[in-house]
Amino acid sequence: MKKLFPWIVFLAGLAFVASGLFQRHEKSEFDLDGFAHIPILVNGRIKPLDTVARVTLLGSQDRQTVYLADKTQIHPVEWLLDVAFRPEKADTYPTFKIDNPELLTLIGKTEDQLKIKYDNPVLQTLAVFDFVPTRYRRFSYNEISGALPELERQSQLAQSVDSKLRTPFQRAVLALESNLIAYQQLKYSFVSPDTNDFMGELRELQANLPKGIEAVRLKQAGQPHDEAAAQVMIDTVRRFDAMTRFASLFVVPPANGGTIADWRKVGQVLLDTFKNGEINPSANAFATMAFAWRTQQPELFNQAMQRYHDFLMGAVNKQLDKTNGEVRFNQAEPFYKGMLLYAVVFALGIASWLRWPDFFGRAAYALMIAAFVAATAGIVTRMWLEGRPPVTNLYSSALFVGWGAVGLCILLEAIYRNSIGVVAGGSIGFCTLLIAHHLSFGGDTMEMMRAVLDSNFWLATHVVVVTIGYASTFLAGFLGIIYILLGIGTKWLNQSFDRRLAAKQELAIREGRSGLRAKLETNGEALTRMTYGIICFATLFSLVGTILGGIWADQSWGRFWGWDPKENGALIIVIWNALILHARWGGLVKSRGLMCLAVFGNVVTSWSWFGTNMLGIGLHSYGFMDAAFKWLVGFMIVQAAIILIGALTPLERWRSFGGRAPATRATKPRQPAPTRV
Amino acid sequence: MHDTGKAFVQFFVSLKLTVVLLALSAILVFAATLDQTHLGIWGIQEKWFRSLVVLQDFKGVPVPIFPGGYFIGTLLLINLIAAHIYRFTFNWKKSGIFITHLGLIILLVGELLTNLWQQDFQMRLTEGESKNYSESPRKNELAVIDTTDPEYDHVVAIPEALLRPGKSLQTPKLPFRLVVRDYFPNASLQMRSQVPNAPASLATTGIGPQVAVTPLPMTYKENETNVPAAYVELIGPQGSINTWLFSTALTDQTFQFEGKTYRFVLRPERFYTKFTVSLLKFSHDRFAGTEIDKNFSSRVRLQTDDGSTDREVLIYMNNPLRFQGLTFYQAGYDGDKTTFLQVVKNPSWLLPYVACAMIFAGLVIQFGLSLVGFAKKRSNQLAVA
Repeated sequence: MKKLFPWIVFLAGLAFVASGLFQRHEKSEFDLDGFAHIPILVNGRIKPLDTVARVTLLGSQDRQTVYLADKTQIHPVEWLLDVAFRPEKADTYPTFKIDNPELLTLIGKTEDQLKIKYDNPVLQTLAVFDFVPTRYRRFSYNEISGALPELERQSQLAQSVDSKLRTPFQRAVLALESNLIAYQQLKYSFVSPDTNDFMGELRELQANLPKGIEAVRLKQAGQPHDEAAAQVMIDTVRRFDAMTRFASLFVVPPANGGTIADWRKVGQVLLDTFKNGEINPSANAFATMAFAWRTQQPELFNQAMQRYHDFLMGAVNKQLDKTNGEVRFNQAEPFYKGMLLYAVVFALGIASWLRWPDFFGRAAYALMIAAFVAATAGIVTRMWLEGRPPVTNLYSSALFVGWGAVGLCILLEAIYRNSIGVVAGGSIGFCTLLIAHHLSFGGDTMEMMRAVLDSNFWLATHVVVVTIGYASTFLAGFLGIIYILLGIGTKWLNQSFDRRLAAKQELAIREGRSGLRAKLETNGEALTRMTYGIICFATLFSLVGTILGGIWADQSWGRFWGWDPKENGALIIVIWNALILHARWGGLVKSRGLMCLAVFGNVVTSWSWFGTNMLGIGLHSYGFMDAAFKWLVGFMIVQAAIILIGALTPLERWRSFGGRAPATRATKPRQPAPTRV
Repeated sequence: MHDTGKAFVQFFVSLKLTVVLLALSAILVFAATLDQTHLGIWGIQEKWFRSLVVLQDFKGVPVPIFPGGYFIGTLLLINLIAAHIYRFTFNWKKSGIFITHLGLIILLVGELLTNLWQQDFQMRLTEGESKNYSESPRKNELAVIDTTDPEYDHVVAIPEALLRPGKSLQTPKLPFRLVVRDYFPNASLQMRSQVPNAPASLATTGIGPQVAVTPLPMTYKENETNVPAAYVELIGPQGSINTWLFSTALTDQTFQFEGKTYRFVLRPERFYTKFTVSLLKFSHDRFAGTEIDKNFSSRVRLQTDDGSTDREVLIYMNNPLRFQGLTFYQAGYDGDKTTFLQVVKNPSWLLPYVACAMIFAGLVIQFGLSLVGFAKKRSNQLAVA
């Protein structure tokens, strides 16, 4: 049983993550899944409508599910169906998040209207302490539409200001404007939104086409003609043209053998009707779905969906593997679930220090491996979907930093088995996935690469290596935090770290044997050694990664080093790691100093990773992130506080070292140190 | 005296110095990065890295605030080399550290050489166009071209750096002297009719009298260039001839003097090559249905003056052309027919590659040895009693 236990925990963790793979939508009579799987082209990438729905909602309201005032939940795909086929209904859903008070005033919301009034006294109390939302933050298109002209004017004003100098209000205006545009573009992507019966109109068009074209021809030639028929044609062209201009999605796949550049918008293929006399089958299919959805006829909808999928199998069979895989990936949410698992891992790891170290420690270790497997599967899936190495943008760098650090933690835990690996891994895994979760609000996380960065070789070498450098520097910093907090707060650092060894030794002493070759290490010594090893690893990867980056720069624009902010950030990490190692070798710092320096590595790395992007300059910039700035500063302040606590508390006040002469506790430098210094 | 000497040596070989220098360089790089928002990427290099002392301008007074890149870099190099000479005893355990540091020395020296030797130019080509020169992205020259002979031109090029107010420039190749009356490193040029209150122009001929010049502060932004302007008086043997306005914003101006025709132009400094590059075709791909650049490439024809080379080359992102000590990179484009090539001359370009290989090998050896040592010790521990 004891042997099986970690396996049970591991499998339970995996089952939790995998559960999403087999999830179906709530019992709907409509084939929602079928709609979710339809591939379309947008922003240069073929993706399923499921992704379009989720990414659009994340961008406009920071979450994927739509919650109505009466607590009804609307799944992203249902929402997209309403936007596309019943826009008047979608216009009432609160899907636009607005936090900026000035912008709220602009759309006519007063403080009084925004307050959420709870009937339940418990909720009322919780609201006072901000545990439940106290204000409405998401609004429907209808609530905003009154202010559209003013919004338009404000966004033009904001656009004329340099992006670095815009006020929070201006940035909020531009964000809302771009969300509104994305929303409106979806309405024009499948059918014309200004009619109740687009399918009927298309049928009528098909029937009257020869007559209408003839009328237009005669009209242009200045001959007697059927004015009404000609006018209908001209109006129709105008509306199809609007669909072409306003739609964002290229939903019509190319005929067999076409390339990615041959995907078309519905408006474009409808305009072709006047040339070839036939209405495009995709356009017809969406018109039928629209009719069925509007009139809520599941059978008709499902039939149309079935026919359309048969058609897709013939037209774009090759792409379907990836889009179907992507829908599964979206539904499984491996990173979100992994994040939850890491939180549990962290809690179990802490628990193992307090009580039942074996039980909690092994459970945490098994669960951490399960979460790591989930994250690995997620990253590999992304690589397969994109056809790219793991790190292509800031979002994927967050995933990969977490992955690399947790991988090292698994190694540490495998060697040391003292729960340090799980506590560090749980916290870094959770934090990085949380960061990734918030970065995903910015849009499709699998966007296309700009030309300069479009090199799989360098992405696979420089970017991956340097990201592992980030990950290991963070890990060393987290180990430092554990050392300082546990050292000051508990006696743990001074306990023998290897429980099995301690037991053996106790046994040996009891039996009167002697001849122990090694003095038993304490947790503090073991932790120092781990941190030192991780810093060596971090130095290796950050240095090699940075130099590889220089070589890439030399290959692509002719200078090895250009003092670009991102390059400088990486360089500072290298310098910092080298500084720690040299300070250690020179005997300038012992365990405590090493840990304090390692914690400062967190500050250095977080600045290189995010701070350099916030300068808004340089070749590597990913764009300005306002909200992240506050968090970054907060993180740095916390790190600084930990360093100060660690450095200023005299060692005899540390509970772990109370009463002992601290010098003896510090391990000797491990490195073949230059002895004459 | 002996003790002082020893202390002196100890100072330069000490790890303490290394740590202090590393800390200083981390701060230097950090501060310089922050300063980029104000000074731009070129400005900070001059101020922070290519200097012995960083001078900060406080209300017009330069105040030294930090040791500069050359200062810290040199000390690091001395420290590195001295420590290795002083402590050098070969043994396998230290070989990794030794190779790594040797690599670092090469890297630092390579960067220094790059700083001293590297030259950057640009070549702007429209389809069908050929050039046997590239242009400096930041430096300009005043070219006085004698075009009298239809067969060839005599060119006198005066670097912009010499255009200082009051400066008199003379060469036996020209029958007149050039005296700089006024010079602005960056200026905005408008037609005089649009600027009602503009001060009177110094220029007496050419387009100058119709143009109003408003001096601007120098810009360091990456996407902006400085537009210099200068008033230059021509003085012949019989005294003043006339005064011209030259600027990179103006086109060529011609002038007849003593039966000869001269063309004046203030233009980017040119670097002539012994070969000609002709743009055959510029291609620009975008991702389907977007405006995002996917790739751009220039198909060029490369011909040497001596006729020994005549071939087609495709230059694209991450795939430069290296020829006769110059490297041509696909840098940008303007419209669908015009390409920008970055042209770099850097004789020491190979050093970072060598350094990289050495550092990587050294670190792997070093940490590999430590890891083996650790594993051994750990298994000893486990085999306790």
